[in-house]
Amino acid sequence: MNANLRAALVIARRDYVASVWSRAFVLFLLGPLIPIIFGITFGSVGAKMQQSEPPVIAIIAPPETGRALLEARMSATGALGDFIPRFTLVEPVGDSARQAGTMLAKGEATAVLSGLPDAATLHGSRSALASYGARIEWLINEVERSRAIEKAGLKPPVVHLARAPAKDVARPLQADRTVLARAAQLLLLFLTMILSGLLLSNLLEEKSSKVIEILAAAVPVDAIFMGKLIGMLGMSLTGIAIWSLAAFGTVAVVAPDFVLNMVAPAVGWPGFILLCVVYFIASYLLLGALFLGIGGQAASVREVQTLSMPLTFGQLIVFGFATAVIDAPNGLPALLASIFPWSSPYAMIARGALRDEWWPHLLAIAWYVVAVTAIIRIGARMFRRSVLKSGGRGGLRRWLSRRSSRTA
Amino acid sequence: MTQAFAIEAKGLIKQFDSVRAVDGVDLAVPTGRIYGVLGPNGAGKTTTLRMLLGIIDPDEGERTLLGYSQPLKAASQVGYLPEERGLYPTMNAREAIAFMGALRGLPLAEGRRRADRLLEEHGLGAAVRRPIRTLSKGMAQTVQILGTIVHGPRLIVLDEPFSGLDALNQGRLEALIRAQVAAGATILFSTHVIAHAERLCERIAIIVGGRVRFEGGVDEARGRMQPLVTLVTRQQDGPWREALPADARQEGRSWIFELPPQGIEPLLARLIAGEAGIEALSIERPGLHDAFVDIVGAAVASAMDQPEEGQ
Repeated sequence: MNANLRAALVIARRDYVASVWSRAFVLFLLGPLIPIIFGITFGSVGAKMQQSEPPVIAIIAPPETGRALLEARMSATGALGDFIPRFTLVEPVGDSARQAGTMLAKGEATAVLSGLPDAATLHGSRSALASYGARIEWLINEVERSRAIEKAGLKPPVVHLARAPAKDVARPLQADRTVLARAAQLLLLFLTMILSGLLLSNLLEEKSSKVIEILAAAVPVDAIFMGKLIGMLGMSLTGIAIWSLAAFGTVAVVAPDFVLNMVAPAVGWPGFILLCVVYFIASYLLLGALFLGIGGQAASVREVQTLSMPLTFGQLIVFGFATAVIDAPNGLPALLASIFPWSSPYAMIARGALRDEWWPHLLAIAWYVVAVTAIIRIGARMFRRSVLKSGGRGGLRRWLSRRSSRTA
Repeated sequence: MTQAFAIEAKGLIKQFDSVRAVDGVDLAVPTGRIYGVLGPNGAGKTTTLRMLLGIIDPDEGERTLLGYSQPLKAASQVGYLPEERGLYPTMNAREAIAFMGALRGLPLAEGRRRADRLLEEHGLGAAVRRPIRTLSKGMAQTVQILGTIVHGPRLIVLDEPFSGLDALNQGRLEALIRAQVAAGATILFSTHVIAHAERLCERIAIIVGGRVRFEGGVDEARGRMQPLVTLVTRQQDGPWREALPADARQEGRSWIFELPPQGIEPLLARLIAGEAGIEALSIERPGLHDAFVDIVGAAVASAMDQPEEGQ
């Protein structure tokens, strides 16, 4: 085996063992549970709030007029669900427009209906009128129509709809695949952002413990970089494997239908999962190499924190660029997003969900090999120049320290 | 393949921003010897060593390490103890040593085996599985030194190896260095303590202000100066006084002067003939410290004698 590769693996092994065989790794694994727990908690709180405040429409009308509308709503609800909000009947007292105004001001109803039937008027905020105006109008007309039919003594035939379930039904494939493509992109972004961010501070350990000197004396800086990337990639893949198993197991137990009904991506499930792994590795290495190079310039945790925000935003912009693929997989923006190394994995995973050709993926992977090699070289050079000289400071690091000493 | 010189460097120059840390250093470290780089703090010793090892590249000049012009190619045959010691604090002593060996190509399993043996031999048998952060500073330093030699390097480079060690551990380190040389290794170490260089080294380079001010054998350095004669006589005066060199100075009852080029015998004959009554006569070769003062001046030499806490 090549001496540099072997040395890189020694460093990778050290990093992997140091991060996975630690108590902190358990917390790390539990990390993604926190947003899920938050999501469920806030989701249920939100749902409760909605339940406690359903819209109510007050009808100012004599009981017999109002009751016809109430009954019409009941029968419509059977077919249309909560298409029309709940009604409450109010006895008319004096001027009905003024009565409606008072009720709305006191918050007793979302909207107020008055003047039934000939001068029917809906009072309420603009948004309430926009939401419910057409529906109430339809219901009033429905009531009037039934009354007219009844007056004429007509009996329209009642039709019952027979239901015939079919076994083999074509699904609206492309729409579902678009959802899948977006989900895969988001997942890739989420994982890359969380996991590659760790690399920004990765060299701080070696710098603060002065181990960097031992490494740099024994191994070319390129191999140190490669070793760090491989080690942390291994740790990330370990985490993802555990998360995936946990997530898949939970969904399979809680909602087995969801798994069975998921639409298959264009390249098929096994191929798509393989592509997910490959594109995660690619985006991790591309971004990680950049982070490692930039983070290597930072002398303290504080500098790393300062650096991480612009980098995160940069990542989001690149991600936005990559979403262009979903709308038009063969358009020019999609092509550019697929070529630019940092957006390419996001663009290509969406393509895998939407299109079934394999050759673009092979081309992309070949391109990543070139891009990762180049970025490691560049990062290593940055690191070498700025960190491995004893007295001086260079480049970004010098700039950072000058800034911080000025603000201090 | 054995070269006459384990390390050769010509015209090494390194500039950091506006400071020229190393300004044209030439070195030749003979294979199988102990070679010292001597100089005050900030003289450019560490930068020179880092260039020799390939940690940084010189701006100008060339160096070969065990015959390789790219020093890292020789990494598997080199051991290096940096001035700023560094180990992963959570690793245990055995793993730390095996890791350092593995970086230089020693298989991990073999590294662990040797680590156990080395720790045992150096009185740290109980610390094999203890994390570095629980060890005392001296113990951690010993672990790092063992990690430096675990892969059996042909060339061992030690940057200020004695700093931070108490006298007992300094003695142990000296013994370890001598044992490595006896086994065929070449040692290059830097120090700002003249006594260490004098005790251990066969050859030295004195570096001040990024330049080599002297390069050669320790004896050669001392040989630059005439031995000093100290003479005490019973009689204070007599015709024999004329035989003393003109620059002889009197300190109390002693006469002190450099040994005349023709030797001590003519003077001795006059002293006996003049019945001066010799009470004491000594001829002492100057120490490396005297030679150092002669080479670099008293100001630099007194800076070297500052206690170590300063660094």
